[in-house]
Amino acid sequence: MKKSGWRFSHGGQIDRTQPISFSFNGKTYSGFAGDTLASALLANGIHLVGRSFKYHRPRGILTSGSEEPNALVTVGEGAYKTPNSKATEVELFSGLIAQGQHGWPSINFDIFAFLNLLSPVLPAGFFYKTFMGPTRHAWNFYERFIRAASGLGQSPVKSDSEHYQHRYAHYDVLVIGGGPAGVSAALAAARTGARTLIVDSDHLWGGSLLAEGTAGRRQVGGEHPLSWIEEAMQTYSMQPEAQSLLRTTAIAIYDHNLVALVERVADHLPYAERSDMPRQRLWFVRAKQIVLATGVVERPLVFSGNDKPGIMLAHAVRAYVNRWSVLPGRRAVLVTNNDSGYAAALDFLAVGGEVTAIADLRSEVTGPLPELVRRAGINIWAGYGVVGTQGYRRIKGARIARLTPDGTTRDPSTPLSLIPCDLLMVAGGWMPNISLFAQAKGRLRYDPASGSIAPGVVPKGIQVVGAANGVTRHYACLLQGNQAGQMAAEEAGFNSGSGTEINLPNVIEPAEEPMRSLWRIPARNRQKTFIDLQTDVTVGDIELALKEGYTSVEHIKRYTAQGLGTDQGRIGNLNAFKLIAESQDLPLSAIGTTTFRPPYIPIAFGALAGHEVGELFDSTRRSPLQTWQEKLGAVFEPVGQWHRPLYYPSPGESSHAAIQRECAAVREHVGIFDASTLGKIEVSGPDAAEFLNRVYSGKIASLGVGRCRYGLMLKDDGMIFDDGVVTRLSNNHFYLTTTTGNAAAVYEWLEEWAQTEWPDLRVYIAPVTDQWAVIAVAGPLSRQLLSLVSEGCSFQNADFPHMSMREVTVAGLPARLSRISFSGERAYEIAVPARWGMALWSDLMIAGEDYNLTPYGTEAMHVLRAEKGYIIVGQETDGFVSPFDVGLGGLVDLQKSDFIGKQGLSSFEAKRPDRLQLVGLLPEDTEIVIPEGSSLVSGPEQARSSAEGYVTSSYYSSALKRSFALALLSQGREKQGNRVVAVADNQEVFAKVVNPVFVDPEGSRLRD
Amino acid sequence: MILISCPWCGARNITEFRSGGEAGVRRPTQEVSRQEWGDYLYFRDNPKGMRTERWFHRHGCRQWMNVARHTVTDEIFAVWPPHQAMPEFKVDDLSPAPEVENRPELRMVTEKDLP
Repeated sequence: MKKSGWRFSHGGQIDRTQPISFSFNGKTYSGFAGDTLASALLANGIHLVGRSFKYHRPRGILTSGSEEPNALVTVGEGAYKTPNSKATEVELFSGLIAQGQHGWPSINFDIFAFLNLLSPVLPAGFFYKTFMGPTRHAWNFYERFIRAASGLGQSPVKSDSEHYQHRYAHYDVLVIGGGPAGVSAALAAARTGARTLIVDSDHLWGGSLLAEGTAGRRQVGGEHPLSWIEEAMQTYSMQPEAQSLLRTTAIAIYDHNLVALVERVADHLPYAERSDMPRQRLWFVRAKQIVLATGVVERPLVFSGNDKPGIMLAHAVRAYVNRWSVLPGRRAVLVTNNDSGYAAALDFLAVGGEVTAIADLRSEVTGPLPELVRRAGINIWAGYGVVGTQGYRRIKGARIARLTPDGTTRDPSTPLSLIPCDLLMVAGGWMPNISLFAQAKGRLRYDPASGSIAPGVVPKGIQVVGAANGVTRHYACLLQGNQAGQMAAEEAGFNSGSGTEINLPNVIEPAEEPMRSLWRIPARNRQKTFIDLQTDVTVGDIELALKEGYTSVEHIKRYTAQGLGTDQGRIGNLNAFKLIAESQDLPLSAIGTTTFRPPYIPIAFGALAGHEVGELFDSTRRSPLQTWQEKLGAVFEPVGQWHRPLYYPSPGESSHAAIQRECAAVREHVGIFDASTLGKIEVSGPDAAEFLNRVYSGKIASLGVGRCRYGLMLKDDGMIFDDGVVTRLSNNHFYLTTTTGNAAAVYEWLEEWAQTEWPDLRVYIAPVTDQWAVIAVAGPLSRQLLSLVSEGCSFQNADFPHMSMREVTVAGLPARLSRISFSGERAYEIAVPARWGMALWSDLMIAGEDYNLTPYGTEAMHVLRAEKGYIIVGQETDGFVSPFDVGLGGLVDLQKSDFIGKQGLSSFEAKRPDRLQLVGLLPEDTEIVIPEGSSLVSGPEQARSSAEGYVTSSYYSSALKRSFALALLSQGREKQGNRVVAVADNQEVFAKVVNPVFVDPEGSRLRD
Repeated sequence: MILISCPWCGARNITEFRSGGEAGVRRPTQEVSRQEWGDYLYFRDNPKGMRTERWFHRHGCRQWMNVARHTVTDEIFAVWPPHQAMPEFKVDDLSPAPEVENRPELRMVTEKDLP
């Protein structure tokens, strides 16, 4: 084989007829269809893929799957950029552009690598200890430099140009994982007729078998185990309700078996071929039964200098050799504590690699696989370990030394040997992929035989099979899968009937001797010993954290960043837990694990958002008059999902001038206002009056037909919940208004009491907010204007008094015309079916030309009502304000036998003498508008204690030609005439406490 | 995401519902002591285990219902309309993992398996 050629000419799961050209760090390379970026890079002899998180050390490819901690790259550019992609997961496509991360100017020559030299003075928590200080000032200054020097890939700047879909689906059985156990389970379940889905994150079925050599140390039915998988998936696909998804990763299990899956629909396609396809699809699958066949990841051994490019897990070597026909090196050393590593050595030998030494931590090595290696003439160093490595950008050699029998130190009597190599294979045993199992609240246990954490107590509706369940033998995987598939189908209501006999193929596999559960190789040199390669956490960092008093795994995780990377510690966490346990002389079960949280792999924000982006992010409610308001150039404010006109500026007019003009129009002639967003509810039925009598604090039962009454709804603690006007349309039919923001809450409130507390009352409640357009016409000339356009009623004060409603024709439209006012002026509200709102508004505007009819917005409405001392729920009230506090005690009828809040009003708290009460404030400087929310204090500066109240509303009044405010002040009514100080923004404003009604306290303008 | 079987609509996602807290809290209609009133207004049980609670199918039939739910496992044992008796059900504990036989068929690897 030529020196430049790392790919051999036959075998593997790649298509040599389809060469693919791609770019890495600006250079063009070539790979084949079926390659991942990692296998293609290795085929081009590239091991150095990125720089590390904290010390900028060169890093290579450690694994061949989603657990990869090192080989993080940025894929794509501009609007297609995806940082922190794992090279081991990225499928190669024509035109793929990838960049190594976190090296500047390049990953081969990185200026920040000096941080590696500083590493002895950069322990865990260094940045926080050094730069935080007692105040945050220092940190605020240094933070941007630190962020520039450490971290992972950079976020894309452009918004994502691809789109994402969401999909919901229901299945009887969901199988997660397409290895032997998963395929066996899916086949058994689907055969019963159960609606079955099997998913795998790879683009081929087979799971770990894809890494098995063709020479085959395992056989199923006399063939390579992958042939059995192929056959089984063919049979599966013929079952009536069987479905399967490749390139699909289960990222989360939520309550009641809801599973989130990410399907990578177009990620593997050249950009030009993606056209309108979604990039990814996020599935929400509700499965009656889940079978977890999530397999295992290989554990690394922890030794000095264990992070260099060219150090690779043994299973990954098998995958690159057998699946991708790539030689990840020419001369390899294997360090192992179990038999599985020997399979990698045999595979590596089979394709012409050289194995220069095998260091086995076990002092006695027997068993069939090591025997085969011995026969190949390879020296097995039993009882030896790797205690150091040579090389910087690529491993050049491994230092091998004998360990003492207890494994705690190097045996000083034997010399150290340096074995040259360009590949160091590491086999530290297996760790079941239990993330999803733990997310589903499955309980874990420590399995001493495998030295690992394995599923313990299984939650309802879930089964875990195969290697994920701690099983190592192939036959047991197939058997467990089969049994679990049948059981799941039965639990989901399907009878497996005649298929119950297990018909599994004959499995042949080599026996394995027990592993040595030693995970850390002792060494006495200055090379770093990494536990978490992605976040650059060393053994020393964790030991330091322990010394500093951090003993819980959750605390150590946060202090050292152990397991905080994008791989979620899948490679390093178990070793970290063991270190923490052993350092404290505790069993692993006593320290537990950190919490396994979704998502299992990093996921694009776009996939989470789906199509709910831009205009579809939130729904918008439109007033029937909004088109007109937009045309007129109104300035809008968001109120819940509505957009309400704040004011209507004339060309060149300031907001202040516009609001003053609008207020003056209402006080002096007539204004027009869109009140359509106000909540509207109809209550009917034989007991409607009784129901409302209990819901409102005031008298409703005595309300006459055609009359309106302002009322308060309280919560049971006696505090104000909402206010509005009740109109009696007929004896058993009422129409209520609510505040705009509370419409849905009030409707639910009424439903709740009607259904749960008073089911004996016969009432029907209907929300009608969207059904009506409501236009308020307010001002001294409102009566003249309306009598001009209305038919069917007399506008004489005696015939149509304040707080009454008439069903009339306005501008030719049938309307409910109510004489109610929120401005203190004579005013009417006209309600017509929503679709006629625009017609009514236009006709009124034309009819109003002679009266200078002026549209006014919510800000003028606020000023006008505050001048009258009318409260706004949520502004003058905050859930702790009673009707008596705001001077509305007259709306409380304590004579009624019961209403919501009655007992609350008699409570000690509601009767406290020092309660906050609504008052008016007149600033001494008539031009200063006190900021809303300002605290109120009194007395000379030295004598002040705590705030006595606060400002709730504050405006400039056009009617008073001065500023004014409403406030809640402790014992405020007794303090009228006093001087208080409003404090806000380090500014003090002196003001006089007055009655909160500033305009027309007698109410004559309202009633005349 | 919890699935609640609404007596009127069938099994629906929790996102369609609003929680109404503990079920069976009695609202005093007559004048009661401060203690009793405070208990009604502010105090609720927070058991570890099964509890009965009220849920409102806000984005569905807009009906209230009672639910018996395990506060740790989120298992729902029963759902029934308000003002009806709770149906009978059994509360299981977490079921242990099924023991599966690990039955490898062993064969020594022979000379011909060597690369």
